Amino acid sequence: MASVTYKNVYKRFGDVIAVNNLDIEVDDKEFLVLVGPSGCGKTTALRCLAGLEEISDGEILIGDRVVNDVAPKDRDIAMVFQSYALYPHLSVYDNMAFGLKLRKVPKEDIKRRVNEAADILGIRDLLDRKPRQLSGGQRQRVAVGRAIVREPKVFLFDEPLSNLDAKLRVAMRAEISKLHQRLQTTFIYVTHDQIEAMTMATRIAVINKGILQQLDTPQNLYDRPNNIFVAGFIGSPAMNFFPGKLRKDGGKLVVDTGDFSVTIPDKHAKVYESHAGKDIIFGIRPENIHDADFIPPNIEAEKVAVKVDVTELMGNEIFLYLISGKNTFVSRVDPRSKLRVGQQAQVAFDMDSVHIFDAETEEAIR
Amino acid sequence: MSTTTDAANKVSSAKQANVVAHFIRWFFYRARGDSPFKTILIHATLIVACIIAVYPVLRVVTISLRPNDTLLTTDLRIIPENATLDNYKEVLFGNPERNRKSDFFLWLWNSLSIVSITSVLSVILAAISAYAFSRFKFPGRSAGLIFLLTTQMIPAGMLLLPLFIMIAKLKMINTPLGLLIAYAVTAVPLTIWTLKGYYDTIPVDLEEAAMIDGANRFTVFTNIILPLSTPALAIAFLFSFMGGWSEYLVARVILQKNEAFTWPLGIFTYAQQFTVSWGQFSAASVMIAIPVMILFLYSSKWLISGLTLGSVKG
Ligand SMILES: Nc1ncnc2c1ncn2[C@@H]1O[C@H](COP(=O)(O)OP(=O)(O)OP(=O)(O)O)[C@@H](O)[C@H]1O
Ligand SMILES: [Mg+2]
Repeated sequence: MASVTYKNVYKRFGDVIAVNNLDIEVDDKEFLVLVGPSGCGKTTALRCLAGLEEISDGEILIGDRVVNDVAPKDRDIAMVFQSYALYPHLSVYDNMAFGLKLRKVPKEDIKRRVNEAADILGIRDLLDRKPRQLSGGQRQRVAVGRAIVREPKVFLFDEPLSNLDAKLRVAMRAEISKLHQRLQTTFIYVTHDQIEAMTMATRIAVINKGILQQLDTPQNLYDRPNNIFVAGFIGSPAMNFFPGKLRKDGGKLVVDTGDFSVTIPDKHAKVYESHAGKDIIFGIRPENIHDADFIPPNIEAEKVAVKVDVTELMGNEIFLYLISGKNTFVSRVDPRSKLRVGQQAQVAFDMDSVHIFDAETEEAIR
Repeated sequence: MSTTTDAANKVSSAKQANVVAHFIRWFFYRARGDSPFKTILIHATLIVACIIAVYPVLRVVTISLRPNDTLLTTDLRIIPENATLDNYKEVLFGNPERNRKSDFFLWLWNSLSIVSITSVLSVILAAISAYAFSRFKFPGRSAGLIFLLTTQMIPAGMLLLPLFIMIAKLKMINTPLGLLIAYAVTAVPLTIWTLKGYYDTIPVDLEEAAMIDGANRFTVFTNIILPLSTPALAIAFLFSFMGGWSEYLVARVILQKNEAFTWPLGIFTYAQQFTVSWGQFSAASVMIAIPVMILFLYSSKWLISGLTLGSVKG
C-alpha cells in the first residue's frame, strides 16, 4: 500500500520520446488505468515505474521514496505481463513461490500464501502443472497469483487481458476489480481498451504520443473531456465531430457546420461567447442524438435533417449511420425507432450534452 | 518319421511365407503415398550407405579378433577363423611373457579427465560469456562475436606452432593442464555461439518478471536461464567432449611422455618402427569407442531436440 508519483518523467529512446513530461499522482489504494492508442508510451511508463527502464529525466516515487536508482526487486511491486511470463520449467506452485523463495520467506508461510492466492483465483487444482499444460485463462490467473502472493505495495498490470477471448475478458475484468476491493492496494493498469479502463478504474490517465492528455474519474472523462483526443478516445461508438463556426445570430449563439446549424441554449451560451466568430469543432455523442419521434422529456432538442445510410439493430438499441451534407455520423437511438435505410428523416440533438472545441488548439472551450 | 519332418518343413515354410507377406504389407504401408519404385530405390541407397559406413568399423572388430597381426587378407568373414580375445587381454593387462605392461587404463584416464574437465570448463565459460553476448549491449559486442567465429575458420594445423610455443612458455609441455588449456581455447568460441543462439530464443519477459520477483542478474541466470537451457548446455558439452576425445594432432605436439599420453597417442605406441601390432591397435580402438557410443546413445534424445531447438521455438 503506497502512493505512486511521476514527477516530470521523460523517457527517450534515441529520437523517440516515449514518455513526455509525465506528471501523475496516484493515491494509495487507487486503481489507476493508463489508457491510450498503441505506441503511446503506456507500457514504457509502467516499465519505468517497475524499474525495467531507466528514466531519462524526472523522478518516480513509491510512497515517499524516490526510486530512480532502486533495483526492480527492491521497489516492492509486482507486475503481471501481457505475455504472463510464467517460468516454463517451474510448476504453477513454484512459479508463485519463486519470489518468496528468493526473499527467504519461511517454507510454511510460502505454502500458506500460495494456497491462499490459489483459492482466491480458483487454481488450487492446477498447482502441480507446468505452464504449458494450462489454457490462456488459467495462465493469466497464475500470473495474477504470482503477483498476489508477494503482497506488494503496488500492483502493475500490462494489458493482462489482451490475449483472452472476449467472454473471458469480461469475466476477468470483474475479477480484477473484485481483487482490488479485496486487497486494498494500489493498482496501476495499462490497456488500450477504453471499455476496460472505464469499467475498472477509479481514475484514468489518457495518454497520447507520450503526453498525458487528461487524468480524471471515468465519469468526468466521459462527460467533460479536455480535448478532442480524449473526447474521441473515450466512448464507443466514438463521439461525432463536426468542423464549423460559432456565430452570433440575433442574440443567440449558433453552431454552423455548413450543412446544418444548431442553436446553443442560453443557459450554456456564456462559456462559448468568447469564441463567437471563430472556427470550432462541434462534438456530440451518439446517444445524445435521438430519433425525432422519441425525444426524451426535458431536454433542449435541436432538429437536424438527415438521410439514413446504414442501420445496425442491437436489440436494446439501434445504431444509425446518418448523412447530412458532407458529414457522416452515428446516433444511438431508441429501439422503437422506425427509421430505415435510405429514408430522409429528422433527428434531435440534445443540446445540453454538446462539446465545443477550439479548432486550432483542439482544447475544450470551458 | 519322414512325414513328421515334412510336416515340420511345411509349417516352417508356411511361417516364412507369412513373415514375408507381413514384411511386404509393412513395407507398402510405410511407403503409402510414394511409388514403390521410389521407395525401393531410397531404401536400397540407404542400405548401401549403411554398409559403407559400418563396414570399416566391422573390419576393425575383425582385425582385433585375429590371432596374429594379419592386416590384409582376402577373408571377408566378420568373425575370423580361430577368433581370440588375446589382443584384448594384452591391451588391458599387458603381456608378462614378453615383459610388456599395459598403459591402457592410464591413457584412458588421461583422456577422460582432460576431456571431461575441458568440456565442463568450456561449457561454464561459454554459458556465462554467451549470456553477456545475448543480453547486454557493450562496445565491441558484435566485433567480438565475429572474431569468435573467425577463430573457427583457422585450421587446427595452423595453430599448432603458436599453441606449442605458448604452452611451452607457460612451462606446461607434458602436463595435462597444457592440453586442457589448448582444448578449452579451441572449444569455447563455437560453444559461445551455440549457447548465445539458444539464449536469444528465451523471452526477456521471463527475466524481467524474475527481477521484479526478487532476483538479481546472477540469480536470474542460475534460476531461469540455465534451467531453461539444459538441452543447449547438454549439446554444447557433448560437442566439446567429442571434439577432444579423438583429438590427435594437438595432443601429439604437447604431450611427449608416455605417462601423459591420451589414448589416441597411446594406441600409436602399438605401431613401432618395424612392427605394427594391428590386433592390439584395433582391440584398443574398439574398447575406446564404447564409452563414447554409450554417451552418444544416452544423450541422443537431447542431441536431436537440441539440434532442432531454434526451429521449434520459432
Ligand atoms: N526498447 C525500445 N527501444 C526503442 N524504442 C522503443 C523501445 N520501447 C518502446 N519504444 C518506443 O516507444 C514508444 C512507446 O512504446 P510503448 O511500448 O510504451 O507503447 P504502448 O503504449 O505500450 O503500445 P501498445 O499498446 O502497442 O503496447 C513506441 O514508439 C515504441 O516504438
Ligand atoms: Mg504496451
